[in-house]
Amino acid sequence: MQQTVTAKLLDHPRNAWYVAAWDHEVGRKKILARTVAGRPLALYRTEDGRAVALADACWHRLAPLSQGALVGPEDIRCPYHGITYDARGRCTSMPAQETVNPSALVPSFPVVDRYRYVWVWVGDPALADPDLIPDMHQMTDAAWTGDGLTIHAPCNYQLVLDNLMDLTHEEFVHSSSIGQKELSESEFVTSHTDTTVTVERWMHDIEAPPFWLKNMRDRFPGFEGRVDRWQIIHFEAPSTICIDVGVAKAGTGAPEGDRSQGVNGYVMNTITPETARSSHYFWSFQRNYRLDSQLITTQLRDGVHGVFGEDEAMLAAQQAAIDANPDYEFYSLNIDAGGMWVRRILERMLLAEGRDHAPAPRAGAQVVR
Amino acid sequence: MAVSRSEAWQGGIVAASRALTPEIRRIEIDVDQPVAVTPGAHVDVRLSIAGERDRRSYSIVDATDGGRRIALSVYTSPVSRGGAAVMNALAPGDRLELTQPLNDFPLRPGADRYVLIAGGVGITAMVGMAAGLQARGADYRLLYAGRSRPLMAYVEDLREAHGERLRLHVRDEGTSLSIPDLVDSIAPGTEVYVCGPIRLMDAVRREWMSRRRPIADLRMETFGNSGWFDAQEFTVRIPATGLEARVRPDQSMLEALEAAGADMLWDCRKGECGLCEVRIVGLDGDIDHRDVFYSERQKDARSKMCCCVSRVVGSAGRGAVVDIVTT
Ligand code: FES
Ligand code: FES
Ligand SMILES: [Fe+2]
Repeated sequence: MQQTVTAKLLDHPRNAWYVAAWDHEVGRKKILARTVAGRPLALYRTEDGRAVALADACWHRLAPLSQGALVGPEDIRCPYHGITYDARGRCTSMPAQETVNPSALVPSFPVVDRYRYVWVWVGDPALADPDLIPDMHQMTDAAWTGDGLTIHAPCNYQLVLDNLMDLTHEEFVHSSSIGQKELSESEFVTSHTDTTVTVERWMHDIEAPPFWLKNMRDRFPGFEGRVDRWQIIHFEAPSTICIDVGVAKAGTGAPEGDRSQGVNGYVMNTITPETARSSHYFWSFQRNYRLDSQLITTQLRDGVHGVFGEDEAMLAAQQAAIDANPDYEFYSLNIDAGGMWVRRILERMLLAEGRDHAPAPRAGAQVVR
Repeated sequence: MAVSRSEAWQGGIVAASRALTPEIRRIEIDVDQPVAVTPGAHVDVRLSIAGERDRRSYSIVDATDGGRRIALSVYTSPVSRGGAAVMNALAPGDRLELTQPLNDFPLRPGADRYVLIAGGVGITAMVGMAAGLQARGADYRLLYAGRSRPLMAYVEDLREAHGERLRLHVRDEGTSLSIPDLVDSIAPGTEVYVCGPIRLMDAVRREWMSRRRPIADLRMETFGNSGWFDAQEFTVRIPATGLEARVRPDQSMLEALEAAGADMLWDCRKGECGLCEVRIVGLDGDIDHRDVFYSERQKDARSKMCCCVSRVVGSAGRGAVVDIVTT
C-alpha cells in the first residue's frame, strides 16, 4: 500500500516542464538570469524569436553567461573571456586560438513558448515531450482575457500547492475580499487521475463577498441579491493549478451548467520550484465577460495581486515557522485531501526518477495513509 | 549533467573479457555504484603501468541493469601504449578502480539530423550514440570505417540494430570512406560526431572548415591514442636545463618529461586544451601531431606541439630527437 509522507520540504521532479518566465520577459534586449528547479539558466531569444535556455555558467571558468552579450543571430558571448556559444550551447569561438576545443559546450535545455509563458525542461532532454505541458488554454483562448504577475514566494513549492488545493483558508487569510464562512461549511468533492487532482465546492444561495459583488456589478450593473458560488480546482502535475471560480444569481442553474447569469473567472497558477525554499509563482486571472475592458483587466489583476499578497505573507511565515521548528511534524486534516493527492502524484514522479521525496530526508517523518 | 567533470571514483569487478577482433577486446565490468549511462560517456580507469600509477579513458559501449554492468572496448596494436596491455590482461574476478561515467562528448538533442562517423575502435563511442538517437526517433546515419572486416567490432550487432542507417567502409574491400564526398553529402543543420584515429578526425575537420561549415556542428571525441605514424622511441631534450629523456613507444612525451623531473602544465591530456604546449627549438625527425588543438596552419609551422599526445618520429630507423622549451 502506497503511503504518502507529509515531508515539510518536498523535492521537485526534474523531468517536467516548468515555466521559466512570461514570454515578454525573454527577449534580445537583455539576457534573463533565472533559476528553475535548482538549475541557473540564461534565457534569451534568437534573432528569429526562438527562446533559448542555456546553463548560466560558462564552460571555461563558469562565469554567468546571463551577464554576457548577444552576438550575431543566435550566439551568446561570455562576459569574462569572450567564448561564444550558439543557441544549442555549442562553442563557436574561443579567444586566442584558431580551433575550438571539441569538448566545449554548455548544456542547453528544451524550451517551448506556450500560453504566454516560456516553458523549460531541465531533466532528461530525451523525455521532453511538448504534449506534457499542462493545459492552460484560457491564457490564449479568444473567449478569455486577463493578466497576471509573478510572486517570488520564499517557500517550498509544495506549500504553494497546498495553499491552492485547499481554499478554506480564504475565510481567514482573505476575509476582506473573497473569504466567507460558507467556505468551510460547504461540502467539497475530491477526485483524481494519475496526473490530475480536482477539488470541487459549491456554495448555494449565499451573500457574494466584496470581490465577487464587484465582478457581478461589472457584468450586471446594479446587481443586488444572493448568489451561487463555485470553486473547481484542477491540478495538473507537477505544479499547475487552474481554478474555475465564479458566482451566478442564486437559483439560475449554475450548478446544473447554465452560467449565463453569472461571472466566471479562471485563476491560472503555475509554480516553478527555484530552490528547496523558494518558488516562482506565476499567476493570471482570466475572465470570459466584458473582454474588451482593459479597466476591468487591470482592476482584476490589481485586486488579485492584493489577495495573493496575503497568501505570500502567510507562505513566508509558514516556511519560517517550519524552519524554526525542525522537530515538529505536519499533521493532516480532511481539508487536505486535494493537497495529499498532489503529494502522492509528486512522490510517484520522484520515485520514477529514482529519487527520494524530500531534499533533506530526516528520521521520524509523520506518515499517513 | 553534460559538462560535469566532477569525478567520483569507485570499484569494479571484471565480469567478462573476450576478444571481438584480433585487436579489440570487450571487457565487461560490474561497478559498485551504478548510475545511468548517457550516450558518449566514458570512464577513466586507474592502471599501474610499468610500476607507475596512471589513468586511461575508455568509452562505454553499452550498459545494462541500470548501469551496474558497463562494457568497454580496448584496442591493442603491437605498439600500444601500456594501458591496453594492462587492460587486456584483466580476467573475470579482477578488481579495478574506475570513475563513474564522465561525459565530455554528450549527444545533444535538437539537431535536425545526425551523422556519426567512427573509425576503428572509435566505434566504441558510437554504439551508444546510435542507440540513443534511435531511441529518440532521430534522423541519423552511422558510418563505420575500418581496414578489413575481421578487424571491425560489433558489425553484426550494428547491422541488426540500425539496418540501412549503417554504412560500412572497408579499405580491403575497396569501399574506403571518401571524406570530401561525405562532407558534401551532409545537409545543413546536421550535427556530426566523429571518433577514431587522428587522421580521420583531421581529415573531417579539414574538409569541414574548407567548406566554411559551422564549427559548432562538428563534435569530436579524442582520446589521443593514435597518430599518423606508429609510435617509436625518441629523445626529448630541454637545452636550457640540460634535461634529456627517452620517450618509450608506450608512454607520452609529457609522461617522459614528468618522469625526468620537468615541471609540466597540463589539463586534458588528450590533445584538446593546448596547455601542455612546448616550443620546438631543434628537430631531427618529423612531428606526428596527434592533437586537435592546433589548426592546420599551426601544425604546418612545426614550431610547437602538444606533448601530451603528439610525438616525433625519425625516418628509416633513425631515432628522432626534439629540443624544446617548456612554458
Ligand atoms: S569564463 Fe567564460 S570565457 Fe572564460
Ligand atoms: S594537456 Fe591538453 S592538450 Fe595536452
Ligand atoms: Fe489564498
